[in-house]
Order: sequence, then C-alpha cells, then structure tokens
Amino acid sequence: MNRAAEIVKGAPTADCRPWPRHILSIDQWAELAREPLMLLAAWADTGQVHALYRDGAAVLPVSIEPDAAFYPALSPFHPSAKLFERTIRDLWGHMAAGGDDGAWLDHGHWPHSRPLSIRPGPRPPTAEPPEFLPVEDDRLMQWPIGPVGPGIAEASHLRLTLDGSRIVRAESRLGYTHKGVLTLMRSKSPRIAARFAARLAGDATVAHSIAFARATEAASSVEAPPRASALRTLMLYLERIATNLDDLGVVAGMAGSAEAQGRCGVRQEYLRRGLAATFGHRLMMDVVVPGGVSADADAIGLSAMRQVLGGVQAEVPVLDVLFGTGTLAARLTGLGAGAAGDAPRRCQARLDAVYRDTESAIALLLDLPEGPLSVALPPESGEGIGWAPSARGDIWHWLRLDHGQIAAVFPCDPGWELWPLAEVVLAGQEAGDAALICASFGLPVSGMDL
Amino acid sequence: MKLPAGWPPLPEAERPDPVDGNTVAALAERLGLVSQGRLGRALAIRHVNTGSCNGCELEARAITGVLYDLTRFGLRFVDSPLHADVLLVTGPLTRNLRLALEQAWDATPEPKWVVAIGDCAVDGGVFRGSYAVMDGTASAIPVDLTISGCPPSPARILSGLRALLEASSLDRPN
Repeated sequence: MNRAAEIVKGAPTADCRPWPRHILSIDQWAELAREPLMLLAAWADTGQVHALYRDGAAVLPVSIEPDAAFYPALSPFHPSAKLFERTIRDLWGHMAAGGDDGAWLDHGHWPHSRPLSIRPGPRPPTAEPPEFLPVEDDRLMQWPIGPVGPGIAEASHLRLTLDGSRIVRAESRLGYTHKGVLTLMRSKSPRIAARFAARLAGDATVAHSIAFARATEAASSVEAPPRASALRTLMLYLERIATNLDDLGVVAGMAGSAEAQGRCGVRQEYLRRGLAATFGHRLMMDVVVPGGVSADADAIGLSAMRQVLGGVQAEVPVLDVLFGTGTLAARLTGLGAGAAGDAPRRCQARLDAVYRDTESAIALLLDLPEGPLSVALPPESGEGIGWAPSARGDIWHWLRLDHGQIAAVFPCDPGWELWPLAEVVLAGQEAGDAALICASFGLPVSGMDL
Repeated sequence: MKLPAGWPPLPEAERPDPVDGNTVAALAERLGLVSQGRLGRALAIRHVNTGSCNGCELEARAITGVLYDLTRFGLRFVDSPLHADVLLVTGPLTRNLRLALEQAWDATPEPKWVVAIGDCAVDGGVFRGSYAVMDGTASAIPVDLTISGCPPSPARILSGLRALLEASSLDRPN
C-alpha cells in the first residue's frame, strides 16, 4: 500500500464512482497535501471542499468539511491550487487558511456574493478594480492587455511588468467571461444541463460533453452503448484535429507565415464542413449527450469524412516543413522556453497530435460497431467522475445527482493548469513576443471562467 | 515658397504636378456610378468578446481565412475601437464585461454600427437569466444587426456583414 492510500485509510467514504471519495480529517487533509501527488482540481459544494489528486495511475478524490468557513490551504504545497482557492472563496465562500484570498471570478458586479453558498452574501458596495502586485522600482512600467485585446480572441487580462522591453513579471486576471454556469446546471436533469457543459469551451465542446456524460453515467451506473462510445471517440479525435489546426493557424498568422496560416485554415474549414454534413453541427455541439449520442453518422457522411481526413494527412508533411524551417521557425525559435518546452516544440507537438489523431480517426471510422445510440438514464441518486482528453489537456467533471437531478457539479478545464504555466514562461521574455507566446499555449478562458 | 539666393532648388519629385482635369473626367465616365460606389467603400471591424464560449470566435476567425476572405469585400478586422466602423460583439454580455463593452463603444468614432453575432449576443442564449449575465448586447448599447446561431456559420456572419456594407453605402452620395 502506498503513502496516499495509507493516509486516507479508515476515513469515511462517499460512494463516488468509479473512485470512492474519502472525507478526511484536518490532519489527514494536511498530511495528504504534503505528499508528492499531482493536484488535478479543487472545488467545493455547500458543505465540503473537494480535491482531486492523481497518484500514479490511480485517481483520488478527497474532501474536508470547513471549520467555521475555513479549511487548510493546499497552495503552499501545490502552487496550482491558488486559482482554485480563490474560486472556492468567490463562489462558495469557503476560505483557505494560509492560502491566497484574493478575488478571481467575482469582480464586484454580481447582484450578490458567494452565489453557490447556502446563504449568498450582499453585493459589495463598490466594484473592485483588479489588483496586481505593486511595482516598487520606478524604472519599471506596467503594460495592461485586455479584456478587449487584439485579434479575435477570448476576453482575459494580462498585466506585464516591463524593464525596458523585457518582461519582469506577468500576471493574469480572469473571470471576465464568468456566466454562472454552475448555478444554471444545478437542479436540472443531466440531459438539459449537458447544453451548458457543451458551451463551457466552444473549441472543446465534445471533450467537455464527453467528460460530463461519463460523470453522469458513472453516477447513474449505466454505460453508453458500444456504437455511441465509438462515435464519441471519433468525434473527440475530429475536434482535437480541428482545434490544433486552429491554434497552429493563429500562431502562424502572428509569426508572419500567411502560407501556413492559410493551409491550416483551409483544412480546418473542410473538416468543419464535413462535420456539419456528418453530425449536423460544425462544432459538434450537443451531439454527445448523457447516455450516448444524439446523432448517428451515415455511410455517406463517413466516406466524406474519410476524404477530408485524407486531405489533412497529406497536409501534415507540408506544415511540418513550414513550421520546422524558414521564417516561421526563425520567428518561433527560443520563444517562451520553460519547463513545458518552447514555442516551436509546442507547435511540433500539436502537429504530431494532428497526425496521430487523423490516423486513429480513419482507422476508427472504418470499423464502427453497430447498435443503439443511447440508453435511458434512471432518475437515481449518485456521484460520479468523468474524464476526456481535449486538444489542450485533460478535462475532468465531477457531479452529484439527487433523484436524477444535478445537486452539485464541477467541470475542470485545462486552462487552470495552462495560465499559471504561461505566467512563469512569460517572465524574462520580450514584451513584443508576449502575444505569440500566449498563442503557442492556446490559453483557454471560458471553460475555467465557468 | 521663396528660397534664399544660392539655395539648391527643391527636388523634382516633391513638386507634385497638378492633376489633369481631362483624365479625371474620362476616368469618371469609364468607371460609372456603380463602380464608384463599389470602390469607395470599406468597413473596419473591431471584435468585442462579452463572455463568449469561443465558438463564435472560431467561426469569426474563419471569415478572415482564404476560403471566405472578407478583405475582398472591403471588410477588415482592426485592433482598436478607435479605428473601427463596426463593433462585432459575441457572448451573452457578462456583468464583468459590461464596462469593457461600454468603453469600446464610447471609443468608436461616429458613424458606427453594432453587430451582435450568436444566440448569446442576441438575447443571452442558453445563459439568459443567470445572475452573471445581462442577456445580450442590446442591454448595454444599441444594436443595428443581429446574426443568430449557436454559433452562426462563417457564411452567415459574412453575409450579415456584407448586408451592412450594402446598407451603409446606400446613404453615401456617389
């Protein structure tokens, strides 16, 4: 038995499927935080704060009941917990003792504070401007970018502290696109709430929908039929190809390669037209539903898709040359170097993923199992966790059902992990490269703004 | 301008020749009124995100690509509202972005148009009624054109913008 399993041993568990959730004492919670585990997510509901750890191949959901609204912070041991703790404060009102208590999603414009707690608080008397770390040196200056930033992009704010043209510090402020999705999903049936899961992030709508559907199915102890599950996987591949092509096209455009940008754009557009013909929607929104899928792919659609994918496959070697040599490579080399590689490496990884996903999608669409498209969901109570790998990283959904209705839910987007990483990587870089470096990360906003 | 004595004369290129009146008249005749109308119009568009899920952005980006190529119609995206004729708004208008939208609108010089694209920007879409959203662009600034869809296809966005281009050139003296 490993350390983590030893720590949680004996703690009462909630029947969360497929991984039981341990309700820990303060000591167990604090001891587990010190273990070298990977923190995937932290969130809350009205009575408990939850954390999702990865321990090797195992996934470990744990909880703690806050004592007079306080719980021990995870951020001293897991820096990535900082944004989760600020979100838990803003939405549920639980405070992380020893952690970061700054505002994140709540900018002081909502009709009340703590919208997800049992008793939401009053609205703050005045809206607070976003707070950033003070600048002590008068040689330094600050460059604010956003929330109405350049290009056709998501709304976020990046505050760069500059020494000349060099970035000394990068701070992000999000929450601008907060739509109150968790409140909207609450007390709805999973079939209706799936429409919100599908609109957390438009370029990862399939991945979010799959994670949500799997969590629902785990909580209701049902399984999607084989054809539905194969079609989901196919759609996931297709979405990742389209999103990666879109990200690559944006980077190429910013780096001044109209050819690479055009090629990515054309392939993405043909793919989206194929998706509209095959699944009835260019982004495949609302096609994945809890219990299965809502649309079948007929033989004509699949053969059209096969052709489109052949085109993508033929394009990859060309893009490989364009991104690997010449002006594009020269512009990208050395940018945003850090623990997560640099800009050329991130582009290369995207291109490799396009190739792999195209191969897998072609193999899968030639070999789809026959059978029904969905199963009915029993109106039962239960708790479940679902997962799906999007183009930008893993997506995790947790939810609890009460007689077939959603009692509490939390979707975790890869943005939570990517933004802190981008902040670290931006420090030390040239200010003029900031937009390109951010584009190389493909930073998602809406999914983590909830 | 009177140059001091002994001063070298101004270089030739800086002394523009007067435009030949006959050429202008002949050109105007050849181009005709229709062509003049076509050549003399363009709209600069600034995108403002008011809380979109990134779906509308995906489709709006597509119209800048080589297959839809909005620049051939005289349309182009600009980086600042100061340079814009049109604000292209996406998202249900979250409360956290109302101020940003109002500031962008104030910064856009007259005459200006507002195009709300996507079901969210039209009336809040699925997010309508949430504590965090204002139910669409029109709750903060006047909207001239709405393009529904979740998200609207690039073809629909482009035809909406072209309709605006046609309409905006109608009231212009040719």
